[in-house]
Amino acid sequence: MTGSILFLLIIVLGGMAWFFGRVKANRFLTDSKKRGEVHSLPNYHGWYVALWAIGPALLFLLVWNITSPALITDAALASPAAEQLPQDAFARGSILAEARSIASGQQVKAFNPLSQSMVEPYKTAISYYQTLGAIAALLLVFAGGAYSWLRLKPELRARTKIERITMMTLLLASLIATITTVGIFASLIFESARFFSMVSPIDFLFGTEWNPKAVAGPRGETGFGAIPLFWGTVFIGAIIAMIVAIPLGLMSAIYLTQYAPPKFRAWMKPILEVLAGVPTVVYGYFAALTVAPALRDFAVSIGISGASSESALAAGVVMGIMIIPFVSSMADDSIAAVPSAMRDGSLAMGATNSETIKKVLIPAALPGVVGGVLLAVSRAIGETMIVVMAAGLAANMTANPFSSVTTVTTQIVQLLTGDQEFDSPKTLAAFALGLVLFIVTLLLNLIALRVVKKYREAYE
Amino acid sequence: MNSTTALVEERNPTDWHSNAMQTRIRKRYAAERRFKALGLGAIILSAGFLAFLLIVMVGNGLRGFTQTELPVEIDFPAMTGGASASQFEGANGEANLRTLGVRDIVNTSVEIQYGDEGSALFSGGGWQAVSAAILSDPDIVETKTTFYLPAESEIDVAYKGDGSALAEAKVTELSDQLSTGFNWNFLSNSDATDPMQVGIWGALKGSLITMFITLLIAFPIGVLSALYLEEYAPKNRFTDLIEVSINNLAAVPSIIFGLLGLAVFLNLFGLPRSAALVGGLTLALMTMPVIVISGRNAVKAVPPSIREAALGIGASQMQVVFHHVLPLALPGILTGTIIGMARALGETAPLLMIGMRAFIATPPGGIVEPATVLPVQIFLWSDEVNRGFVEKTSAAIIVLLLFLLTMNALAIYLRNRFETRW
Repeated sequence: MTGSILFLLIIVLGGMAWFFGRVKANRFLTDSKKRGEVHSLPNYHGWYVALWAIGPALLFLLVWNITSPALITDAALASPAAEQLPQDAFARGSILAEARSIASGQQVKAFNPLSQSMVEPYKTAISYYQTLGAIAALLLVFAGGAYSWLRLKPELRARTKIERITMMTLLLASLIATITTVGIFASLIFESARFFSMVSPIDFLFGTEWNPKAVAGPRGETGFGAIPLFWGTVFIGAIIAMIVAIPLGLMSAIYLTQYAPPKFRAWMKPILEVLAGVPTVVYGYFAALTVAPALRDFAVSIGISGASSESALAAGVVMGIMIIPFVSSMADDSIAAVPSAMRDGSLAMGATNSETIKKVLIPAALPGVVGGVLLAVSRAIGETMIVVMAAGLAANMTANPFSSVTTVTTQIVQLLTGDQEFDSPKTLAAFALGLVLFIVTLLLNLIALRVVKKYREAYE
Repeated sequence: MNSTTALVEERNPTDWHSNAMQTRIRKRYAAERRFKALGLGAIILSAGFLAFLLIVMVGNGLRGFTQTELPVEIDFPAMTGGASASQFEGANGEANLRTLGVRDIVNTSVEIQYGDEGSALFSGGGWQAVSAAILSDPDIVETKTTFYLPAESEIDVAYKGDGSALAEAKVTELSDQLSTGFNWNFLSNSDATDPMQVGIWGALKGSLITMFITLLIAFPIGVLSALYLEEYAPKNRFTDLIEVSINNLAAVPSIIFGLLGLAVFLNLFGLPRSAALVGGLTLALMTMPVIVISGRNAVKAVPPSIREAALGIGASQMQVVFHHVLPLALPGILTGTIIGMARALGETAPLLMIGMRAFIATPPGGIVEPATVLPVQIFLWSDEVNRGFVEKTSAAIIVLLLFLLTMNALAIYLRNRFETRW
């Protein structure tokens, strides 16, 4: 906890630096001779001093936190207790790690007596380096503050400097999104590459047997054929869910935009939005608790064999309900974007409302609607909790909606929960599945956005 | 004669009085009505799904806030051998209570009243309520007091009308003694193995800490990027790259963020598993694009005349943005932020990836301690076999939905109250 106290202290000192800088700059203004030369307002002088005080110190602390663990380990190894440690690098490392976590308070008791003996040297080293770092940081605060405070002059371009720093911060903040995208791509590619060095990509992408094992079977089969997962994902997300969501979403949008009295619309639109705001885990529970048993009983009563309490239909229908508001708002937007001259023209020719909608509005809005549906599909296949809770784990290749299928996201969750070893193909397979999912959703989004954009341009 | 009228009718299709025309119009109007009814049906069906979902959850969940209780009379003077009230006051109270062995006292009292098998009727953690009662009012150890302790989960479920035949039989046997009380444990406890003892406080606290970290990271970064992209960014390839990656991130499935968190925060940076810190960081990356997109729209909505006026009286670019544009855009940004945070609060999948699904029986004390969050807790309870967990899961869902509803209502209020139409 000393780290956060130090941090707070530095911030408080920064506030004081701001105050002193401001006071000095205020004096420039009261001094009538220099008044005309003052370039920046006192506030900016204050910020100038504060940034000089805080910036270098925080930067130093960042570097220090990265480098000091190595220094601490060196210091602990130099202690007499370290001589009893085994030479084997692996055993040594585990003892050191245990001793470190005890010394820093994350762990209470050691399993290995050797690590207990290393706790004391670690504790001394940690406190030594912590104190050293804290003193250095505080010195930097004072040095930076004093240096910049002495440099305050009426003609100092404090505002320009502060604005340049703000600009850099803005740029850095907007880079985070790019870094995240690159990070997602890099981590998926990196882990997938490790996976594909163990399992051939052809087997993975075109194999039809999904039964992941940590070690390959006698004939080299690994059970990493992902086709059943792809089928399950498409079956639930792109077929069943869309059969529910497209008609309901489209018709809701048409009714709300074309027929509904304003009051009805004002009430129904937020209600549909609530449907979109319900967390997916709630939908999943609803599917597993209420919808799935009801569908199974129904299937049994009409004599369908292979009905399971975890069915593709239950997951797909509930997912479709979740997607309705999404489809509806996309359709709403694209219908609203059709120029009213087209609608008015059709009505003036004597067409009824429904004829206008069916023969003029929908065909004209079709690209937008298709784009919206593609976005909805991309969201449906990336959806996790509903399928985890309701679709089951059996990797079946079946078109029977009452039987259980599994999806890409379900298997990612399945592979990554529980005990993990980071080198086993079972764990790494999750990243390969993630990569496929990422690429597919990315492509769907790009295509959808292009379609929507093209169509918008057509009417502008 | 007949043939000529037929001919005229054929030539005159717009004769409104002709039978054929009337039929056609009737057909077209019927189609119109059918279509309209279809639309109304679709929207009522959609709203009906929502209503059905809410009714199911509330119907199941309200029972989770109550518990079935059985009276136990504890004769403290006889049991404790005359412990005095003053022992349990002040600083030493808890230590003295531990030596007293409340658990045994409760068990013995139960066996006296309900026979040797009596303990099986009660939930295992009931004695904790007795301990708490003694600490809050030590005087009761000098008297005979009747406590209402939670019954065993099967009996609880059966009393609420949904149990097994065996438990139902016990309920009829005990029916004059069973009563229903408010389940305070549910609001103050954490996860447990016994459904009578579970609570949501641990998960709720985990959610609050996680949300705080998410907000702390996503809000500044989101607002600053929105300002940069709208106000400063030059039109070039580099800016396009940033824009594409933000739009792309907004559409990436949430589970992919979990994979990123696992690969980068846990394996590369070595941050602790299951910690609220990692959960908050992961959700922040997910929420940030939402804030950027809504922030850009809010900034875009500030009319150029305001910028020009500020520039005209000598403000610098930076002053225009931070003194004028940002304050005017803030309500819009806040609305987007709350909506993004509400989505993050309901998110489960990425948190499963970074290990926030462990069984955690104490509320987290800090950002690096193992924690769980409300949606994950719901997921974990939904997997339990014990029937007592069904109503607890639904009750937790009610709590989660209440939070989300409040956040969304706040967003709508902010939008209506502060958003200016220029």
